[in-house]
Amino acid sequence: MGTQSISITVNGVEKTGEVEPRLLLVHFIREDLGLTGTHIGCDTTHCGACTVILDGQAVKSCTVFTVQASGKEVLTIEGMTTNGELHPLQAGFMEEHGLQCGFCTPGMIMVSHALLQENSNPSEEEIRFGISGNLCRCTGYVNIVKAVQYAANKI
Amino acid sequence: MTELKTSVEIGGMGHSVKRKEDPRFIRGRGNYVDDVVRPGMLYMAIVRSPYAHAKILSINSEKALAHPGVAAVITGETLKEYNLHWMPTLMSDTQMVLPIEKVMYQAQEVAAVIATSRYAAADGVELVEVEYEPLEVVIDPFKALEPGAPVLRTDKEGQKDNRIFHWEAGDKAATDKAFKDAEVTIAQDIYIPRIHVASIETCGIVAEFDSVEGQLTLWMTSQAPHAHRTVFALVAGHVGLSEEKIRIISPDIGGGFGGKVPIYPGYVIAIAAAVVTGAPIKWVEHRRENLQADSFGRDYHMHAELAADKDGTMKALRIKTIADHGYTDAACNPAKWPAGLFAVATGSYPFEAAFCEVDGVYTNKPPGGIAYRCSFRVTEAVHAIERLVDILADDLGMDPAELRMKNFIPPEAFPYKSVLGLEYDSGNYAGALKLAMEKIGYQDLLKEQKEKRERGELMGIGISSFTEVVGAGPSKDFDILGLKMFDSAEIRIHPTGKVLVRIGVQSQGQGHETTFGQIVAEELGIPIADIKVEHGDTDTAPYGLGTYASRSTPVAGAATAMASRKIRDKAKKIAAYLLEVNEDDLDWEPGKFFVKGVPDKAKTIQEIAFAAYTNHPQGMEAGLESVSYYDPPNMTFPFGSYICVVDIDSGTGQVKIRRFIAVDDCGNIINPMIVEGQIHGGLTMGMAPALMEEISYDEEGNIYGGSFMEYLMPTAMETPNWETAKTTTPSPHHPIGAKGVGESATVGAPPAIVNAVVDALSHLGVRHLEIPLTPEKVWRAINGL
Repeated sequence: MGTQSISITVNGVEKTGEVEPRLLLVHFIREDLGLTGTHIGCDTTHCGACTVILDGQAVKSCTVFTVQASGKEVLTIEGMTTNGELHPLQAGFMEEHGLQCGFCTPGMIMVSHALLQENSNPSEEEIRFGISGNLCRCTGYVNIVKAVQYAANKI
Repeated sequence: MTELKTSVEIGGMGHSVKRKEDPRFIRGRGNYVDDVVRPGMLYMAIVRSPYAHAKILSINSEKALAHPGVAAVITGETLKEYNLHWMPTLMSDTQMVLPIEKVMYQAQEVAAVIATSRYAAADGVELVEVEYEPLEVVIDPFKALEPGAPVLRTDKEGQKDNRIFHWEAGDKAATDKAFKDAEVTIAQDIYIPRIHVASIETCGIVAEFDSVEGQLTLWMTSQAPHAHRTVFALVAGHVGLSEEKIRIISPDIGGGFGGKVPIYPGYVIAIAAAVVTGAPIKWVEHRRENLQADSFGRDYHMHAELAADKDGTMKALRIKTIADHGYTDAACNPAKWPAGLFAVATGSYPFEAAFCEVDGVYTNKPPGGIAYRCSFRVTEAVHAIERLVDILADDLGMDPAELRMKNFIPPEAFPYKSVLGLEYDSGNYAGALKLAMEKIGYQDLLKEQKEKRERGELMGIGISSFTEVVGAGPSKDFDILGLKMFDSAEIRIHPTGKVLVRIGVQSQGQGHETTFGQIVAEELGIPIADIKVEHGDTDTAPYGLGTYASRSTPVAGAATAMASRKIRDKAKKIAAYLLEVNEDDLDWEPGKFFVKGVPDKAKTIQEIAFAAYTNHPQGMEAGLESVSYYDPPNMTFPFGSYICVVDIDSGTGQVKIRRFIAVDDCGNIINPMIVEGQIHGGLTMGMAPALMEEISYDEEGNIYGGSFMEYLMPTAMETPNWETAKTTTPSPHHPIGAKGVGESATVGAPPAIVNAVVDALSHLGVRHLEIPLTPEKVWRAINGL
C-alpha cells in the first residue's frame, strides 16, 4: 500500500512522516509519536476515549485518518500542561475525584476543554450534554461534572 | 462516622485524601497494557466464527500468509502440537483455546494472525478462509434441558445432557410446608438478562518469551495476576513454563468489574504465539470482540416465591433458577459455590424457612457468568427478594417501607445466622431505611404522587433495602481451583521512616495506592505522603487472589492492618530499648511510643525505624518489615437502603430518574471521597441494566448488543445526580471494621428503580416488569399491550 507525506503540528511541535492513507489519527498519535495518553476504547466512535482537539474542535481520533489532519494542529492530553503547570481541568479532575481507573480521563479532559473554549460558563445541563459523547464506566459522571465546573470557575 | 484519629497530614482512616494515582492519569501518563511496546513486537488479530454452532471443515491460511507483514497464522492444530488447544476454566470446566472440530458460539476464536502491524494483522484476518457446516443451535436454556435437545458438550465424557450443575441451599421440606400452611403466597418469574461489564479499556496482553532464560513476561489486563500465573504454570508446565519463570505484570487497568478475572483464549494464543515466533506479541481486543466473546454477567431465569402472614410477616422464600452459562462454565465463583453467594437471597429479612436451587445450563453462547460489578450472584438474589417484597406489599395493600420496617432483622439479632447458612456480621437495616426516607422526604412524595395520579401523571417511588455479602473468603469454604481465598500485604519501613507496601490485590480504579496507604498511615502514624503502595507484579507482590467481589478491603485491607500491627509490635520493643523502659510502660499514639504519663519521653516511628537499621537491640533481628496472609473468619455484609423517584412520560414510556438517594453502610470508611465515588459508579452500573443494557440472541445465535451501536451504556445525559448518605455499622470481625463498598450500589440500585417504575404504573394493573425498562417496554405496559 502506498504512503503519503503528512505534516501535523502536535502539541505545538511540527511532526512529519510518511503514512498509509488508512492510518487512523489515534494510531499515529499513540504508535508513531508515542503519545499514549490518548486511549482507544471502542471501534465505533462511541466511547470518546480517543478524543483530541483538531484545529480547535474536539474529534474522536479513531474516526479521523492521519492524512485528514495534515496541515492542521492537534492538541492531546500531553499538551494540556504548560511549563509543568496543570490546566485547571486537570486540577479539577483530581480535586473533585472526577476519575477512577483513568482510562476515559484524557478524552474527558479534552472534550471538556473544547466545551469550555466554546462556553466558558456552562450550566450543569450544558456540561452533561457536552460530554455525552464520552463514556465513563467508573464515576457515574457526578464528579466529572463537578470537575468541569471547578475548571470553569478557575478560567 | 469514622472517628478521626490522625491529622490531615498523616491522612489515616476517614480522611478524604486526594488520590496518589491521579497525577499520572490526568497527564495522560498512565501505563495500560496497550501502552506497552517491546522491541520487535508483533501484533495479533483473531479470526472469529460467524456461526453459533458449526463443524469446521477446513481452515486455509495460504492467502493470509502470503500477505505482506503476516508472520504466522495460529490454529487449533498449531496448539494441539503442544496440547494447548483446550484449557481449564476457573470453574474446573474446560474451554477451547482454538477449535479443531467445531465452534460453539458466534464470535468464538477460530484462528489468530500474527503480523508486523495491527493493520497487517487485520488484513490477514480477512484472508483466512474457513469452511463451516452449520449445526443445530441451542439458545434457549429451558429447551436445552428438554429431553432430546442436542447435547452440546460432546467432548465431555459421560455428559448426557446440557446440565452443568445443580446447586441448592436451605431446607426444602420445611419450606414446602411453610408455603402449604401460609396465609398469603406470591410468585413471580424474574429474568435478569445477560449484560457485559464493558470496562472502557478492553482486554489485552503483551507476551514476551526469552527462549534462552525460559522466562515468560506478560503485561496483562488481569484482576488476579497471581492466580493467573499459577493457572498458566499448571496448564503449560508440560511445555516447560515453570511458575518462577512466569512474570505477570498487571499495570494500570482501565476498569475491571469482573471482566478481567477470567482467562480468555486470546491471552493463551498470544502466549503460544510468543513462544512459537520468538517475538513479543501484542493482542488488544476490539470493542466488538470484547462485547461478543468475553465473559458476560447475569443471565438468570428465576421463579421466585414468598410466603407470608396476612399482617405482612414474611415466613418463607423459595427460588428456582435456570442459569445460562453458555457453552462452558467459565464463571469465576469460588469452587464450592457454583451459584456464587446466591444464598444471600433471604436479604434483610428473618425468614423461618427458605430453599433455593440453581441449575447451570450449557447453550450456544459465549461462556461466562461472571459478576458485573457485584459479589458472586448477589445482584440476582437481591433483585428477587426486593421485587418480591414490593409485590407482597402491593398484594396486601401495605406501604412497602412499612412492610420492610416490620420485617427487618433487628440490630440486636447480629451476628445473625440466616436459614440459608450465612452468618451476617452486623447491620442496622431500619436505621438505613429511616435515614433514606428522611433524606428524600418520603411522606411528601407519597402526597405528591397521589395528586399527580389524579391528574393522570405517572410518578413512582421505589425502595430497595439490600444486604450484600462480600470479602471472599474464609479458607475453609472459599477457594478458586484449590487456591484459598486469603489475601496478603507486605510492609517495609525504610531507615528514614518511609514505607513500601505491597499487596496481593490489584486496583482497576478503586484507588488502592491511596486507601491501602491510609490503612498503614492509620496504624503506624506515618504520613500518607511517605507511603508507596505497589501491586500487580507477581515477581514482587505477595501472593493474593486479586480484586473482585469487593474483596480488597475486607481481605487484603485486613492483611495490611495486621502487617502494620506486626511492625508496631516490633517497634514497641525497639522503643522500649531506646527509652530504657519496660515495654509495658509504653503507650502508643499514632506516630510514637511514649512512656505512660510522660508524653515528652517518646520515640517517633521514624526514630524507631532508623534505630531498626542503626541501633537495634542485641538479640533482635535488624530491620522493620512484616508480611501478613489474612484468612478472614467470615464474610462481611454491607447493606443499605435506596429510594428512587421516577417520572414517566406516558406518551413515550421514557423513564426519568428524578431523585435517587443511596444510604450505604459499609462499616468504617477509609476514604469518604473514594467511597462516595465508588457508590456513584456503582449506582450508574445498577441503573444501566435496569434501564438500558442487554445482550440477547436470535434463535440462530446471532448476537444483539455486540457493539456500542446497540449496547447502550449510560452517558452523562441519562445518569442522574446521585444523592448519597451513610450510616456506620462496623464489621465486628474485621481489624479496621471495614466491609467493602465497590459493588453495593450495583446490587442495590436495580430493584429500587424497577420498584419505582412498577409503582408508577401499579394503578394500571402492572405488577412486575422485566429489565431493562426500555421506553418501548414501559410504553407497552402503560397501554396494556
